[in-house]
Amino acid sequence: MKTNNVILETATRILLFIILVFAIDIFFAGHYYPGGGFIGGLIFAGALVLLLITYDIKTVAKFLPFNYLVVIAVGLLFAVGTGIGGLLFGKAFLTHWFTYVDFPILGKLSLHTAVLFDIGVVLVVIGTAMAIIQTIGESD
Amino acid sequence: MNNSLIVLPLLIPFITAIILIFFRKNIPVQRLLSVIGSVLTIVAASFLVATVYTKGIQTTNLGNWEAPFGITLVSDMFSALLVLTTSIIALVCLLYSFHSIEKSREEHYYYPVLFFLILGVNGAFTTGDIFNLFVFFEVMLMASYVLLAIGGTKPQLRETIKYLLVNIISSGLFVIAIAYLYSIVGTLNMAHIGMRLNEMGQSGIVTVIAVLFLIVFGIKGAIFPLYFWLPGAYYVPPAPVMALFGALLTKVGVYAITRTYTLFFTQDVAYTHGLLEVLAILTIIIGAIGAIAYSDVKKIIIYNIIIAIGVILFGISSFTAEALTGSVFYLIHDMIIKAALFLLIGIIIKIAGSSNLKEMGGLINRYPGLAWTYFLAALALAGVPPLSGFIGKVLIIRSGIEAGNYWGSGVVLMSSLFVLFSVMRIFINGFWGEAREYKNEETVPVKRLLVAPVILTICAVLYGVGTEAIYPIISLAAETLSDPEIYINAVLKE
Repeated sequence: MKTNNVILETATRILLFIILVFAIDIFFAGHYYPGGGFIGGLIFAGALVLLLITYDIKTVAKFLPFNYLVVIAVGLLFAVGTGIGGLLFGKAFLTHWFTYVDFPILGKLSLHTAVLFDIGVVLVVIGTAMAIIQTIGESD
Repeated sequence: MNNSLIVLPLLIPFITAIILIFFRKNIPVQRLLSVIGSVLTIVAASFLVATVYTKGIQTTNLGNWEAPFGITLVSDMFSALLVLTTSIIALVCLLYSFHSIEKSREEHYYYPVLFFLILGVNGAFTTGDIFNLFVFFEVMLMASYVLLAIGGTKPQLRETIKYLLVNIISSGLFVIAIAYLYSIVGTLNMAHIGMRLNEMGQSGIVTVIAVLFLIVFGIKGAIFPLYFWLPGAYYVPPAPVMALFGALLTKVGVYAITRTYTLFFTQDVAYTHGLLEVLAILTIIIGAIGAIAYSDVKKIIIYNIIIAIGVILFGISSFTAEALTGSVFYLIHDMIIKAALFLLIGIIIKIAGSSNLKEMGGLINRYPGLAWTYFLAALALAGVPPLSGFIGKVLIIRSGIEAGNYWGSGVVLMSSLFVLFSVMRIFINGFWGEAREYKNEETVPVKRLLVAPVILTICAVLYGVGTEAIYPIISLAAETLSDPEIYINAVLKE
């Protein structure tokens, strides 16, 4: 007999959105408030895990067709690339820059290359968490 | 000071490893890229050695933060030489892997993981920050767990569990040791720690921490009571992985002991270095017993690693300029020759289909090239004069005798005899005697496999013959070790 998960599926649709927004908020808050790439990535992966619980691995793989090991590699490239950026401008490896820019609606914001490094961290964390869960989930 | 050359031997393997992840199924591309990556690493490391030789110690402050506050990478002659040796061994093991690793292993990220291992080893040799050293240790260990487990045969998995357990415990101890040290000196930069410990003078807690560090690095480097995990763990992986492990992993532990015992803990030398000396001698004895006891070629070479670690640490514990020169000489020699020997016995085992000495014989008739390469490598290992193992041991023994340490020097001298006996047993039982028929010998590409160990043996011979030319470089390395002020000044007072 097939169980009907209509409550779980409906709740997931709403919760997923909230969790993802929370993850992105935590990620961008990292420079001034508690948070950052690692915890943001884990919460993001947590949202994906909720999807895996609600649906099965194949369905999730269908609408998120990523090879998570490649996601890890891309994340590492982001991190190394930020470091090499420092080298290219004649400074030491991993030197960062920031500047203040006035945006029309958001106002004065500081843009920092450390965010690029953090995007790398986020991708690696999501990739690692999902790769572990998928590998364990798929093997019988 | 901005000096990006130091970063290159770390960056190149790292980027190579990342790019290799994208080409999982495309093995020809993986091979091509990995050769390019490791050749570039060698070029960068050679430039680094040349720069350090002409311009003195090189440092770079990552992220442009001044020395004690940011992470500093420091390349003195000692670490630059080790990085160069590591890069050469990496290339050679790669060349060997092409003809000996199965496709299933290659497709499961063998090459990327290998480059992460090189990244970890090169990073551990180059870093000037004690916590960064821990991180690079972990990078190296994680990669080694994967290399040990990859393939997934039953003995591999069994030994991986043991190896994992031992290394997780020692990493935990490492963090605790750093925490103790940090609570006392309040800094993590190695030069700064050295300076502060010197200013504080002798106190009991520093000696305790020194012993704690010896335990931590002793587990990594397999010294006497802490070597128990090594014979099993190094027995199971395939030959090129075994060569990488035998040549690099334990030597990082030895490097870390050397660095901490020459830079940090120089106040209570009588106790700390005395303890190191006793342990080194016991390590040599245990290794010699093991090397003679087994009639299994892998075990014999594995116990020879333990002997060599004892010899190097005995030189470090003497703490004179001459003994340190000897240790550096012997360390580099041992990395090269151990890799060569592991690759050679890898070929022998492939031909014979067994690692038991009693099941082989008469190989010299059909494989004279293999036989004489092995013979040369064995003589170099034992330290027969024109070859590479000689000068290091002579310096270590001479300074031991000058210090009145007849017992220790005697043990080192005797150990050469046991080393020679153990490796010659392989030569006599394996290569001489009656020729046998081996089942799967037709399928072994001996000539192509032989390229890698021949390169290393040539390196070892040149290293021995060219001692006169290399001596100034090595003594420069020992000079920074015997006088920590040079290192501290280079990092902190730019």
